[in-house]
Amino acid sequence: MTVELLFSGFGGQGILFAGKFMAYKGLIDDKNVSWLPSYGPEMRGGTASCSVIISDGNVGSPIVSAPDILIAMNLPSLDKYEGSVKKGGKIFVDSTLVERKINRDDVEAYYIPATQLASENNMPTLANMIIVGKVLSVIGSFGGESVLKALSKVISAKHADMLEINKRAMEIGAAL
Amino acid sequence: MAEKVLMKGNEAIAEAAIMAGCRHYFGYPITPQTEVAAYMAKRMPKIGGTFLQAESEIAAINMVYGVASAGLRSMTSSSSPGISLKGEGLSYMAGADLPCLVVNVQRGGPGLGGIQPSQSDYFQATRGGGHGDYHMIVLAPASVQEMAELTVKGFELADKYRMTSMILADGTMGQMMEPVSLDFDIAPPPEKPWATTGTGMKRKHNIINSLYLKPEELERGNFERYKKYAEIEKNEARAEEYLTEDAEIIIAAFGIAARVSKNAIDAARKEGIKVGMIRPITLWPFPKEVFKKTTSTAKRYISVELSMGQMIEDVQIATEFKAPVDLCNRVGGMIPDPDMVLEAIKKAAKEVK
Repeated sequence: MTVELLFSGFGGQGILFAGKFMAYKGLIDDKNVSWLPSYGPEMRGGTASCSVIISDGNVGSPIVSAPDILIAMNLPSLDKYEGSVKKGGKIFVDSTLVERKINRDDVEAYYIPATQLASENNMPTLANMIIVGKVLSVIGSFGGESVLKALSKVISAKHADMLEINKRAMEIGAAL
Repeated sequence: MAEKVLMKGNEAIAEAAIMAGCRHYFGYPITPQTEVAAYMAKRMPKIGGTFLQAESEIAAINMVYGVASAGLRSMTSSSSPGISLKGEGLSYMAGADLPCLVVNVQRGGPGLGGIQPSQSDYFQATRGGGHGDYHMIVLAPASVQEMAELTVKGFELADKYRMTSMILADGTMGQMMEPVSLDFDIAPPPEKPWATTGTGMKRKHNIINSLYLKPEELERGNFERYKKYAEIEKNEARAEEYLTEDAEIIIAAFGIAARVSKNAIDAARKEGIKVGMIRPITLWPFPKEVFKKTTSTAKRYISVELSMGQMIEDVQIATEFKAPVDLCNRVGGMIPDPDMVLEAIKKAAKEVK
């Protein structure tokens, strides 16, 4: 099985970090993975995205052009990528920042007030991980030690004090 | 086996170079290869090596010339416009028979072009890059693992044949992260009795030079070099074959284009189309024999490239013009998606019916 994810939002929302966490979790779960960031002018202009592929087989092209799962943390991202999601795919929207609903009826939508929840829980920079928690619980991949292991891979030893709060953010998302 | 870690292609190149004994890196920043320099800047001071951000690409390649003259493993990296600036130095290194590693993480051109991935420096790389008659060994990784492995291989081949090895990657290969296992058997570098390391009053001076004003001497040097090139063409050409055995249609693609093509081939096979791929790992020497061998079974070829059609010429030559070769390409930083390649395969399939 292969799952293709596209993470998208503003620079600073932790889009690349969330993708990297997901890729590491895949690696620890013994899957083949790839992670490819946008590094072009759009990144310099404020929006960021990254492609993550998690597969039991070999990963061919690392470019996700038709995601199974889209994470859209701002409106421009939803506008740009909504149409590209595979039929039967899933779209996760930060509903604090994106006021509209999705326009498609052939995909599942999850509206998560992630930015609001992050600020209420005193973790203003972790809306990304609240959404990741929700994604993992929806695809039945939350829990187990690979979550913590992957976190310790993407959070450097210098910032080890951030481990716990990242975990808590994911739990908040998973519990929704 | 070492634990697999996630690394960017650019970082994998840098770490593999250090493992291969490179302690002298010279560069100048340019997207999308800057992580090579950034990684070296962090690591080299910790291991007693030299990281130097030169004042320009031209300075950087000439610093590599200096270190190579002293017989040590040295490298520089850049992206397309920066590699053009290094052209003079590359030619001088060839003329002086110096081994080194040069990395080109290509971006779209010509000119300053853009910063997105490209393969349009194929001609420049495989035909030498600078002035005069010469070649570089050109290696084309298609995964982060290969970015690391071919870096080690590049140093080994450079030393073995006293010439430049180039890693010809592209923006996606440089920027993407994949699991990589840095677990190599690395042989110590060979003796370099020609290096300018001081005579110790025990031998005559070694001279590193690319100026030969007597035409007879210069001609002799060129002939010698091309004898060496013939050996390399015989011994070092490498390619990966994917489902070529029964293939009526064969895709030729390297690097990111090969990754995309693999998806398309898998989809086409499901529809019963007999299609396979030859992925050159060495672009020079070009794996001619691998292509030639397929001409008895394959009826049509497709060259998938991020250029206006450069490798396609080598495919035509290698297949001795026995079958048509189509071009499937995007340029300027655009990448063909698997659907586009699949369309090209279907079109070719109608032709071979």
